[in-house]
Amino acid sequence: MSVLEVKNLQTSYNGHIALENINFSIEDGEYVCLVGENGSGKSTLIKTIVGLHKKDSGEIILNEKLENVSYLAQNNLTDLDFPATAKEIIMTGVQRHRVLPFYTKNNYKDFEYICNLLKIKDFVNKRIGDLSGGQRQRIMLGRALIRKPKMLILDEPFSGLDVNITTELYELLAKLNKENKMTIIMATHDLDEIKDNNVRVIELLKTVKFDGNITDWKGMN
Amino acid sequence: MEILTLLNYPFVQRALICGIAISFCAAIIGVILVLKNYSMIGHGLGEVGFASLTLAMALNLPPLSVSIPLVIIAAFLIMLISQKKGESGDITIALVSSGALATGVVITALTKGFSVDVYNYMFGSILAMNWSDVILSVVLSLILIVVYMVFYNRLFSITYDEKYAKTCGINVTFYQFLISLATALVVVLGMRLMGTLLISSLIVFPAIIARKLTNSFKGMVILSAVLSVICFIVGVMLSFMLNFPTGACIVAVYILLLVITINFGGLKV
Repeated sequence: MSVLEVKNLQTSYNGHIALENINFSIEDGEYVCLVGENGSGKSTLIKTIVGLHKKDSGEIILNEKLENVSYLAQNNLTDLDFPATAKEIIMTGVQRHRVLPFYTKNNYKDFEYICNLLKIKDFVNKRIGDLSGGQRQRIMLGRALIRKPKMLILDEPFSGLDVNITTELYELLAKLNKENKMTIIMATHDLDEIKDNNVRVIELLKTVKFDGNITDWKGMN
Repeated sequence: MEILTLLNYPFVQRALICGIAISFCAAIIGVILVLKNYSMIGHGLGEVGFASLTLAMALNLPPLSVSIPLVIIAAFLIMLISQKKGESGDITIALVSSGALATGVVITALTKGFSVDVYNYMFGSILAMNWSDVILSVVLSLILIVVYMVFYNRLFSITYDEKYAKTCGINVTFYQFLISLATALVVVLGMRLMGTLLISSLIVFPAIIARKLTNSFKGMVILSAVLSVICFIVGVMLSFMLNFPTGACIVAVYILLLVITINFGGLKV
């Protein structure tokens, strides 16, 4: 079953057409990497899918409830002095559409699960600005995962992090995709870190330049 | 002993009840405004409050009936322009506040000039509060505190990461307007006590001091509210004892606390 369909999509950035004639559909449980050079439209496509960027024309059909979709952007905390603990930030991910300020017992159980999964227990009570880049991005991944999403959309999530942490986090994504059947759509530069041969690659250069298996893509490049 | 005697005076009771309610609300709203780089909005809206007050006096209308709607509209406009045009909050606030101040001065020049009422609104007057002000301040403050608590998680989410909140389906624009409305009400209610020129201090100082003392958002909200109420009470008492303007005394207490906090900034809770 298609969880995401993109039909004849066109978007602009600063008055210039960034993407045009974009067509693809993503099946439930697929692991899809969006690749392309800088300025090829990867981030624009991701932002358009999650609703942060307006499309000019075309359709984006999301066959999944919004509360089952999570988004993780690049590590871009600009205010290092922001007074918030890592735990407070992770807990904002559980909100779904609840209005009341209280968290349930299940929310705290999910928090414990995330702490163990991402090995972040030692620094969840620290201020977010006091953490290293790698620790901060784990916290952001925790915020995205605590709501147990069925679909995870990532925009170059591990750029700028050191190799060991990047490898570890890619392994975690592969595990979530395999064991939890989580659909993953990720804009990335690091295809070398992807070990799974079933991953699908969509290469962008204003439009879809390549759409197929990662092994085929690697063979061509 | 002298301080306790002061509490027997109805005008002191009115000032304290009004001030505690307003300073509490100003502090919790201030946390969001300071963290979202809208620190100057209180000052900008204070100027709009001044302009609306001069208009009310020129038209012989009750001040609050003119200032409440005008300040709310100005707060909405500041947020709307910043959101839609991508201008920084400070630029929009600077434009609105200087425009409002100029309008206020022109209206004053065209009518009675700077009367005692205008002066009191500019610099604040503890004697200006009546019981209907007290009831209005307490009721609106209670509503504001309840709304803040109910939407606390979402307000935090938007304050920390507006884009992420948007991807979660949170109606960011609605909450921005809620924050504008709350700010406008705090400014209008507080400007009689603090004065239009000093009202922004109630919003900004507690948040800045609390930020230096805590690592968490929740801690900042609680500390900000507690410190704000304490500073207000100390400031009011000082103003009575020294016979100085109330708003200025409260700001002096804030500045003193800020200096102490900066020197002991490592002591975070």
